[in-house]
Amino acid sequence: MAKDTKVKVKGPKQKFNATYLKRYWQLYFLLALPIIYLIIFKYIPMRYIVIAFKDYKLNMPLMKMPWAQVKKDGAMVTDALKYFKDAFSKPDFRRAIFNTLKLNMLDLICGFPAPIIFALILNELCFKRFKKVVQTIAYMPHFLSWVIIATLVIRVFGPTDGMINMVITKFGGETIPFIDDPSHWVGTYVTAGVWQSFGWGSIIYLASIAGINTELYEAASVDGAGRFRKMWHITLPGIRPTIVVLLIMNLGGIMGGGFERPFAMKNNLVMDVAEVISTFVYKVGIQQLKFSFTTAVGLFQSVVGLVFLLTANFISRRLGERGIW
Amino acid sequence: MKVKSKAAKFGDWVFVFICVIISLICVVPMINLAAKSLSSTEHLIRHEVFLLPRGLNFDAYTTVLADPKYQRAFLWTAFLTLVCTFLSLFMTALCAYPLIFPALKGRGAINIFITITMFFNAGMIPNYLLMNDLKLLENPLVLIIPSCMSVYNMIIMRSFFYGIPDSLRESAEIDGASFIQVLLKIYIPLSKPVFASLALFYAVGRWNGYGDALMYIKKNKQFFPLQLLLYNILNNINSVEVAAQEGFSMPGLGESLKSAIVMFSTVPILLVYPWLQRYFIAGVTMGAVKE
Repeated sequence: MAKDTKVKVKGPKQKFNATYLKRYWQLYFLLALPIIYLIIFKYIPMRYIVIAFKDYKLNMPLMKMPWAQVKKDGAMVTDALKYFKDAFSKPDFRRAIFNTLKLNMLDLICGFPAPIIFALILNELCFKRFKKVVQTIAYMPHFLSWVIIATLVIRVFGPTDGMINMVITKFGGETIPFIDDPSHWVGTYVTAGVWQSFGWGSIIYLASIAGINTELYEAASVDGAGRFRKMWHITLPGIRPTIVVLLIMNLGGIMGGGFERPFAMKNNLVMDVAEVISTFVYKVGIQQLKFSFTTAVGLFQSVVGLVFLLTANFISRRLGERGIW
Repeated sequence: MKVKSKAAKFGDWVFVFICVIISLICVVPMINLAAKSLSSTEHLIRHEVFLLPRGLNFDAYTTVLADPKYQRAFLWTAFLTLVCTFLSLFMTALCAYPLIFPALKGRGAINIFITITMFFNAGMIPNYLLMNDLKLLENPLVLIIPSCMSVYNMIIMRSFFYGIPDSLRESAEIDGASFIQVLLKIYIPLSKPVFASLALFYAVGRWNGYGDALMYIKKNKQFFPLQLLLYNILNNINSVEVAAQEGFSMPGLGESLKSAIVMFSTVPILLVYPWLQRYFIAGVTMGAVKE
């Protein structure tokens, strides 16, 4: 999404030689540290991907590790894709993919419209100070860590002393198992996501709304358009490009997903629906030390995620909108 | 401004009402938490605390404040956040500034080199193995160095730098200023808004982050950031020793203690962010869609 607006001008034609370096060496000097950082912490890890195709051995250089082998007719045969086949034959892994997609989809369906609706509501407020207070409050959840949100979720949705169930029992109703029943848990998870992000997400839409020409609203008022007609015929079309770009980019991230949110919110009773790829990789990789297998799983996720993202970006550009780059 | 009809005025109040409801939904969980942290054990055991504290007392806070474990975790996380924020801003500026020069040879290639890292991540296990090979596991530096620059934030800073008129830079260059002097004397002073915004992003990220500590630090508990400590307490990990020491096994007191710890770890950020609102709005907007 982020992109510089400035048109890139070609620099004056200069040769890359001693005079050039004498003048510009400082710029390369400044860049050196960030570039070294990126090489070490973003590029060198890519080398380790190769262990997805090898049998990981402790304390052995990557290149010397043997390619993954499988037993076939009593003899060991090299099969570099062993761990990928392994992964797909495991119901646990298939379930993690399914859960990742399901939770991300539900997040998108509920979490994507929420900031748009909130921005439209805020835009209708005519008391400026009140609007600012509401905005500040709505940004608050974004600044809470997932550990804290997970404990707030228990305090609101918990079985005995959760606020909602306290109210329900007070009126003589049956408690609802918001966090211990798998299907309810999914709803709770998505709700927490919407709660955390709707205010923050509205910032972009508010900025986009602020860019709409106010004369349009005045003209519509003269023509007798009411509040909702203006919303529908001016505001929404005005922020349509923003909506389209963000929707496509969100679709591109459907295979991704962080680690901290599902890890903080899961509990033992709902693992069937709560285990996503990242928590699965953590459990099997870092806790059970199956490095080759989990690297294969992670590679699968990265590659599929990359394909989604590039496709989304391509579509965005095709529609005449801006891509990520 | 023209006079509004009765219906329009009514509509205004409907939207005010909706916003009040939304705000309440945002703050009510925090109020409940605060109430629990201030309530007495017997009321908590009977699940009687809703929005107001019952049996008001500050025992939980005094217990947490007096406990050296929380003091250390709090100070350590504050220190970590400070160091990470400054280092990240430094790295981000180092990367963003040279890239605004059209004359920089290889700029296109460097941009591609940087952008690729946004799209493709090697994954959790390769990163873990790298930390292992760099001898960073169990090392406090693992919480600082691997996350010391975000490419996304770098792009935000770069767009801000682009917005500073070239003529300022060029006149300084004519006066004989070096590129580094231009950065220090012109670009950084003029970029306070973007520095404020990114400082907030980096600081919140470090203060709230626990995933890296969870993966890379297992034995050296003294380096656990606050959020990881919190995670372990809230999920009753190592509960035997903790419970024995601090009365976590008593459900009521445990509840108010937990609430008090959560309050302690949240309040610093909640006190800071409203004052930076103007800046982070600019930062978010700049990182996203522009006209």
